Amino acid sequence: MTSDTTTTTPTDLAALESEMTSEIAAASDLAALEAVRVAALGKKGRVSALMGRLGSLPADEKKSFGAAVNSLKATVTAALDARKAVLETAALDARLATERADVTLPVRLGPVAEGRVHPVSQVLDEVIEIFADMGFAVAEGPDIETDAMNFDMLNIPAEHPARQDHDTFYFSPGADGSRLLLRTHTSPVQIRTMGTQKPPIRIIAPGRVYRCDSDQTHTPMFHQIEGLVIDETTHMGHLKWVLEEFCKAFFEVDAVKMRFRASHFPFTEPSMEVDIGAEAIGKPGQWLEILGCGMVHPNVLRNCGLDPEKYQGFAFGMGLDRLTMLKYGIPDLRAFFSGDLKWLRHYGFGVLDVPTLGGGLSS
Amino acid sequence: MKFTLSWLKDHLDTTASVDQLSTTLSAIGLEVEAVEDASAKLGGFTVARIVQAKKHPNADKLQVVQVEVAKGQPLMEVVCGAPNARAGMLAVFAPLGTYIPGSNITLEKKPVRGVVSNGMLCSAAELELPDESAGIIDLPATFVDKIGQRYIDVMGLNDPVIEVKLTPNRPDCTGVRGIARDLAAAGLGTLKPEPKLGAVEGRDDCPIDIKLEFTDDAANACPVFAGRVVTRVNNGPSPAWMQARLKAVGLRPINALVDVTNYISLDRGRPLHVYDADKLNGAVRARLGQPGETFLGLDGKEHVVDETMCVIADNNGPLGLGGIVGGEASSSTEATSNVLIESAYFAPLRTAATGRKTGLMTDARYRFERGVDPASVMTGLDLATDMIIKFCGGTPTKAKVAGTAPIEQRTVTFEFSRVAKLTGLVLPDSEISKTLTTLGFTINGAPDAAKVTVPTWRPDVHGSADLVEEVVRIAGMDRVPATPLPRLNGVTRAVLTEKQKRARRTRRLLAARGYVEAVTWSFITREAARHFGGGSDALELANPISSELSSMRPGLLPGLLTAVTRNRNRAAADVALFELGQAYRGERPQDQYIGAAGVRAGTARMAGSGRHWDGTAATVTMFDVKADVFAALAALGLDPSKAQITRDAPSWYHPGRSGTLRLGPKTILAHFGEVHPATLTALDVDAPVSAFEIFLDALPPEKKKSRAKPALTASDLLPVKRDFAFIVGKDVAAGDVIKAALSADKLFIQSAIVFDLFDGGQFSVDGKVSIAIEVTLQPATETLTDAAIDAIASKIIEEVKKSTGGVIRG
Repeated sequence: MTSDTTTTTPTDLAALESEMTSEIAAASDLAALEAVRVAALGKKGRVSALMGRLGSLPADEKKSFGAAVNSLKATVTAALDARKAVLETAALDARLATERADVTLPVRLGPVAEGRVHPVSQVLDEVIEIFADMGFAVAEGPDIETDAMNFDMLNIPAEHPARQDHDTFYFSPGADGSRLLLRTHTSPVQIRTMGTQKPPIRIIAPGRVYRCDSDQTHTPMFHQIEGLVIDETTHMGHLKWVLEEFCKAFFEVDAVKMRFRASHFPFTEPSMEVDIGAEAIGKPGQWLEILGCGMVHPNVLRNCGLDPEKYQGFAFGMGLDRLTMLKYGIPDLRAFFSGDLKWLRHYGFGVLDVPTLGGGLSS
Repeated sequence: MKFTLSWLKDHLDTTASVDQLSTTLSAIGLEVEAVEDASAKLGGFTVARIVQAKKHPNADKLQVVQVEVAKGQPLMEVVCGAPNARAGMLAVFAPLGTYIPGSNITLEKKPVRGVVSNGMLCSAAELELPDESAGIIDLPATFVDKIGQRYIDVMGLNDPVIEVKLTPNRPDCTGVRGIARDLAAAGLGTLKPEPKLGAVEGRDDCPIDIKLEFTDDAANACPVFAGRVVTRVNNGPSPAWMQARLKAVGLRPINALVDVTNYISLDRGRPLHVYDADKLNGAVRARLGQPGETFLGLDGKEHVVDETMCVIADNNGPLGLGGIVGGEASSSTEATSNVLIESAYFAPLRTAATGRKTGLMTDARYRFERGVDPASVMTGLDLATDMIIKFCGGTPTKAKVAGTAPIEQRTVTFEFSRVAKLTGLVLPDSEISKTLTTLGFTINGAPDAAKVTVPTWRPDVHGSADLVEEVVRIAGMDRVPATPLPRLNGVTRAVLTEKQKRARRTRRLLAARGYVEAVTWSFITREAARHFGGGSDALELANPISSELSSMRPGLLPGLLTAVTRNRNRAAADVALFELGQAYRGERPQDQYIGAAGVRAGTARMAGSGRHWDGTAATVTMFDVKADVFAALAALGLDPSKAQITRDAPSWYHPGRSGTLRLGPKTILAHFGEVHPATLTALDVDAPVSAFEIFLDALPPEKKKSRAKPALTASDLLPVKRDFAFIVGKDVAAGDVIKAALSADKLFIQSAIVFDLFDGGQFSVDGKVSIAIEVTLQPATETLTDAAIDAIASKIIEEVKKSTGGVIRG
């Protein structure tokens, strides 16, 4: 600041403004702009110097000079801000221009995309969903059973020809000569349920069953699902309805052609075998046997302490693996138990595919 | 059970087509497995005559023959490669366009070495007929008047063969007549009356004595044995029609005497046996076998009998096994002159047991073990006598009968309304009556209290449910009206038990952590079972399908580890598999448990596996599977930090890198850790694997709690974090440091985490390591003062020192 300066005319101020605005405009980066700002508005800057002179001016000049300098300061500040915004944008653009990722690089999908639920587990969830809606609870029983539970109580006495069809796995006889076996069907769960629960009964009983048989279409272990309804009025018409409703819901179609054929099982009387028209799975013109069923045999009821004159009901049994193969077009039963990752990833289900009636059994 | 259409029509007066018959058979419980209709397959083949045969001009082994395919038609030129083709021969001709089943081709008009063949002369193989002879079919000269006619008509092959799969309750349908009776009841015709027999009862006594020699407790083995001798028979081939029928159903004709017994077995479900009476020594006896006895069966094999088996014997020993197989020594041959016909009743259970023991499956066993009509002993004997006299001549003696047939007059009390009650199908009483009557039942009394007498050929019918079945199966299951099962609740209630819900949740949780669910066999090798703490005798199958699948699995890991190897052998290196299912600690129901187990092999970590530009996955460690276990337990509503971790995982885990999670000393929730290298070697796994087992049954039942969630106690005050680094002995567990820090103040300390572990550099001397923790303090009502924070910090340092010996790093 010089003391020899006498007056500063408005013309001088205008020149100063013009000089500073051109310096601002000429600032090519934020550092240069900052230097211009310090030179103008810093403590020792030119505008600040003018403001400093204000105190030494006579009162009549003070007001007009003050207003002129303030106006100059406002103009310069605005120009600085504007230039700063421009330079900042340019700097960001320049930085972003250098920041380029290869958007085609592959990413990991994470565990939810990798994980799978086995088709049999998935289909069991579907089946439970359907039968739960019809009021069926889920019962379970052990795999290692007695002759009595697997056969005798189910009206299949020793040496009955029906036992030959069962290809039973046995354990070695115990000290008392009795031998345990691997259940050949889920029907022993009927006996266990009727033994512990009073009618009315509505259950399904899914589980592993075993037969010593192994070829293209048979495995020594497979899955069945048993159904049992016992009360005082349930008859074969109800059985047909339940099966028809089940098939429609399971195959997710409006109608399924079904054929009911008389048959024989020692634990039901009358008994039926049920075929479905294969158009339900997109193969018109064929019939596929899917299950056996019937009215629970009076001897079975009696064996469980129920009076067959009072109680009646139906039972059915079907292959869970077979249902799975039919619905999802899976060709080979043996692959179900191979633990082969390729197969499991292909035929397995994602974590989020939780079957519900409201949202659909399959997604 | 196989039969032909014409055979059925012997018993059933019907105009129904084969299709109608099969549909009805399947519907009423006699499931048709196959219909073989030769006219569909062989209808195009005709009888023709070779008029002239010349050598093919361009081929040494071929002939060009002129064939008369029909009377008065121009000859056809055919190229033939059969060496037996010659002029004058009668052969089987297929015109162009015919499908040849044996060679799977359709004849087309094309030259063979320059000569056009207008058809083909066929061999038996080309028609898929059994024949050993080489070359084309050489028909007898007597067929000369059949030229132009269909081969199947001339040969009697145009009789469709129907095969039904019989259920074990229907012994009556092991005979064609039983099937005809069912069809008549189903409305497809009427059952023809029994044929009239000639004079079968002779004047002389049966020269061979028949005895039943049983103790009282085994008397039911063979309660009746009837026999009759026909003397001076002239045994030879049976009539062509009988041979044709036997062949059509897969039986080999032997001679008239044997064919008659086989035929009646199929026709009536009544097995019989014939003995060459001149080969018998003394009385024929039915008795139990004796230890050490053997005989040569008609199957050509030596059979050892025992004291549980019913044998037929003479003075020389066993002749055969009653109801199963006859013996070679007493068998009838073409030379047989005097024949003893046996018609007996053998008990189903003993026959089945003997059959199972000897492994013999014969037509006789098939019938006796299902229960032959006890009333057919005499009718069967008479029918056989009648046929033998007709086919072979001879003179019958009187029948000799030992014992009495076990005919039981069973009467069932039956309310007709039972049909509607059990099936929902309402039928008129008249229809119910008619069905039962046509099936051979006798009804006495009114429909509300009828006494129904069961025919002797239906051992399966005992109660009213059985009668309902008879009525409804004949009426047709499709007539039963589908009836909605009443809903229990307007809106469905949840049905799963807590355990079932936990299993479901665990399955989805593990899949959400990147695992793929496998289902492996419940049985494994005994060696693997033993390695995993199982393999007891009680859990060893007596008749496994192979030694690979012989021991009930003690846990789920052996199957999963085997699957790891299989996948690695198929170039899948990084494997994360889990299984949720049953395993067996013992043979009792309560020894079966539900487990969830998982294996991570190679670099199969949750975030991803294998090489990646953003960070190649490291080999899995114990901490990957520990996280799986903790996440699973947390998902099941159990706070894993409340459980104790001990260092006593089973022997198949790495001793230093594994843990057991428990609730108290007795309840084991889970094991986790690296799999022991020796276990990997034992199961041929060539990669590091970390594994876990969760015992879902061991989880405590969930406490009943209100569905409303507790009020949220979130403070608006900012939490304060403080770091502490402790120098501790190498054996000090980080968990204990955390526990000590947390215990320093119950009110303000919210959490403590380990953020750094350091066991190198200056701290490693005297076996010390550094554990750095971050403690979060949550002020409750007002901001904590520096003094208060310092006080808590001192307490933390003091507690850690007290319980672990750790000192704060300066």
